[in-house]
Amino acid sequence: QGKFTLLRDTRTDGSFLVHHFLSFYLRAGCKVCFVALLQSFSHYNIVAQKLGVNLTAAKEQGQLVFLEGLKSCLDLLFGEEEQPGQPSPLQFLSTSDLRALFDFVWVSLTPRDGDSWKGPVLLVDDLSVLLSLGAAPVAVLDFIHYCRVSVCCQLKGNIVVLVHSNEDSEDEENELVVSSLCHHSDLILWAEGLATGFCKDVHGQIKIIKRLSLRQAAEQDLVHIYQYKIQDRNVTFFARGLSNAVL
Amino acid sequence: TLVFTEEDKYGLYSNLLFKYFLAEGIVCGHDLFVASAKEHPDNILKELPAPLLDDTYRKELGDEAATRSEDVQDSMKIAWRYQNLPKMEASPTTYTKFGHYYDLSKKMSPELCQSIKWHGFYLHEESSFESKTKAWNMNSGYARLLQSIQRIISQEGFDGSDPQKKQRNVLRIGIQSLGSILWGDDICCSDTPEDAHSLTKFLYVLRGLLRKSLSACIITVPAHLIQNKAIMERVTNLSDMVVGLESFIGSERETNPLYKDYHGLVHVHQIPRLNSLICDVSDTKDLAFRLKRKQFTIERLHLPPDLSDTVSRASKQDLAGSAKLLSSGCGAMAIGKKHLDF
Repeated sequence: QGKFTLLRDTRTDGSFLVHHFLSFYLRAGCKVCFVALLQSFSHYNIVAQKLGVNLTAAKEQGQLVFLEGLKSCLDLLFGEEEQPGQPSPLQFLSTSDLRALFDFVWVSLTPRDGDSWKGPVLLVDDLSVLLSLGAAPVAVLDFIHYCRVSVCCQLKGNIVVLVHSNEDSEDEENELVVSSLCHHSDLILWAEGLATGFCKDVHGQIKIIKRLSLRQAAEQDLVHIYQYKIQDRNVTFFARGLSNAVL
Repeated sequence: TLVFTEEDKYGLYSNLLFKYFLAEGIVCGHDLFVASAKEHPDNILKELPAPLLDDTYRKELGDEAATRSEDVQDSMKIAWRYQNLPKMEASPTTYTKFGHYYDLSKKMSPELCQSIKWHGFYLHEESSFESKTKAWNMNSGYARLLQSIQRIISQEGFDGSDPQKKQRNVLRIGIQSLGSILWGDDICCSDTPEDAHSLTKFLYVLRGLLRKSLSACIITVPAHLIQNKAIMERVTNLSDMVVGLESFIGSERETNPLYKDYHGLVHVHQIPRLNSLICDVSDTKDLAFRLKRKQFTIERLHLPPDLSDTVSRASKQDLAGSAKLLSSGCGAMAIGKKHLDF
C-alpha cells in the first residue's frame, strides 16, 4: 500500500513490465488509472488478452480508466474548441502545464459511491514522453509529487511509472528526472540489455532494487539481479548464466 | 507504422529508400501522400524506379532471383508490417507474390504513376497555417503538414469513418528531409534551437494519426546535421522503426578493404514492438548496402575471404581493427548472404 515503483529500461524495451503490472493489478481487483501515452488501446488489449485479462470489460465495469494519449491529442488538436471547464488532460501539448493531467488522475482514482474495488493504482507509460512534448523536467517532477501525495498518501494506493534512460545519454533533462525518481522510489525494476550485445536466449537482465533505506534510516537497499527471456505469453526469469540455452 | 530514416551525409541513399517505398505503393495500388520542402512532389514522382513485372527481366538478374523468391516471404524485414495489410482487389499490375523488384536504370511510366490517387504537399506552395483551436504550439510548417495529412485521412476514409466504402485502401505517407532548415526548424543549425520540441510534438501527433488509420509512413531526416543529440534519442522513442544509413563517400571507410564491396552501412536502431510482448529480433545487426546499376541491395555484412598470401601485415591489422567494431553476430555470417532486396 502506498508504494511508488519505478520501472526503468536501458538499451532495451521495458514495456513488458508495464503489461505485467497492468494485468497483475486488474486481476487483483484494484481500480487502475492507466496513462498510456505512447501506444494505442488495442496494443495493450491484445497483449493483455494473452496474459489473461480483458481490458475492454474492465473499462466497461469501471475498473480501468484508460487515457489513450495518442487519441486525446488528436481530439485536442483537430476537435472542436474545448469547453472552458473541462481542459483536456493532454493540454500540456500547448501550455506545458501538467495540472490538467493531474486533475484527470485525481478524478479517476477518487473512490465513488458504489465502488467496491481494492486500492487505487496509477500506471504511467511512459514518463519520458512528457519531456518530448514540451513539459519541463521540474513540471514533470512536480506532477509526480502531486500524484504521490494524493494517490500514495491520501488514497493509500500504488504508483508504477516507466521511464527510459541510456548510459551516455545526451538527454540531460531526462537523466535528471530519472535520477530524481530513483531517489524517491520504494522499488526499482531496472531492465537492461546485455552489455555484451544482443542474444537470442537471454533478452536482458533485470535488477530489482528494494529501497529499504528510503523508509528506515540505517537500512541497506536490497539488490537482486536476474536475467530474463520474453516469450509470447510470459517472461521467464533465471539466475545469471543459467539460461536454458546454456544448461 | 512510423519508419524513421536517418539520412546519409549527402542524402543519396536515403532518397533511394524513399523512392522504393513510394514505388511499392504505386505498384500495390495504395494511395500516396508525398510531402517535401525541398523537391516538388511532382518531380519526386517522376523519378521513381520502374517495376520489373515481366518474368524475362527476372531472368536477366540471374538464377539468384529464382531461389530468392522463396525467401521473399521473410525478405521484407524492414517493411514487414505490410504483411498485415488487407487483401487488395486486382489492380493494373497484378502480382502473385509479396514485394516487387525495381530497375533503377529506368523510370516508372507516367501511366502507372497516374493509376493511383496521390496527394502532394510542397511546403512553399501551401497556404499559411490557421486553426480553429488555440492548442497548436509547434512550428507552423509541421502544423500545416499535420493538418493536411489529417484532412486526407478523414476525407478519403482511411480512418474507417466512411462505412459506405467497401474497399479499404492503405495510405502511404512519405515525408522528405524533415527537420531541415527548409521546414523552418533550426534544429539542424543550432545547438540550442529555439523550439526543441516541435519535431517531437509533430512525431507524436503523426503517430496518433497513423494509429487510427490504415496508413504507414516513412520519414527521412538529416540526422547528421542535428546538433542536439537529445532530440534524436527522443525521436527514437517516438518512432516504431528507426534505420540509419551511413554512406562511405568521403570517409576513411571508403578505402577500407573490409568494406570494399559495399557503399555504406545500415544501422537498425529500433524495430517495432506492436501488439505483442516480444519483438521480432533478427539474428544479425550488421547490415550493409550497395548500389548496383539496376538495384539497391541490403545484405548482411560479412568479412571478405582472407587471402593470406597477398595481404600484407599492415592491412591485416586494419581488418582486425575494423572487425572489432562489428557486433558479436558477425562470425555466423560467413556461411552465406541473405539478401534483402526491394
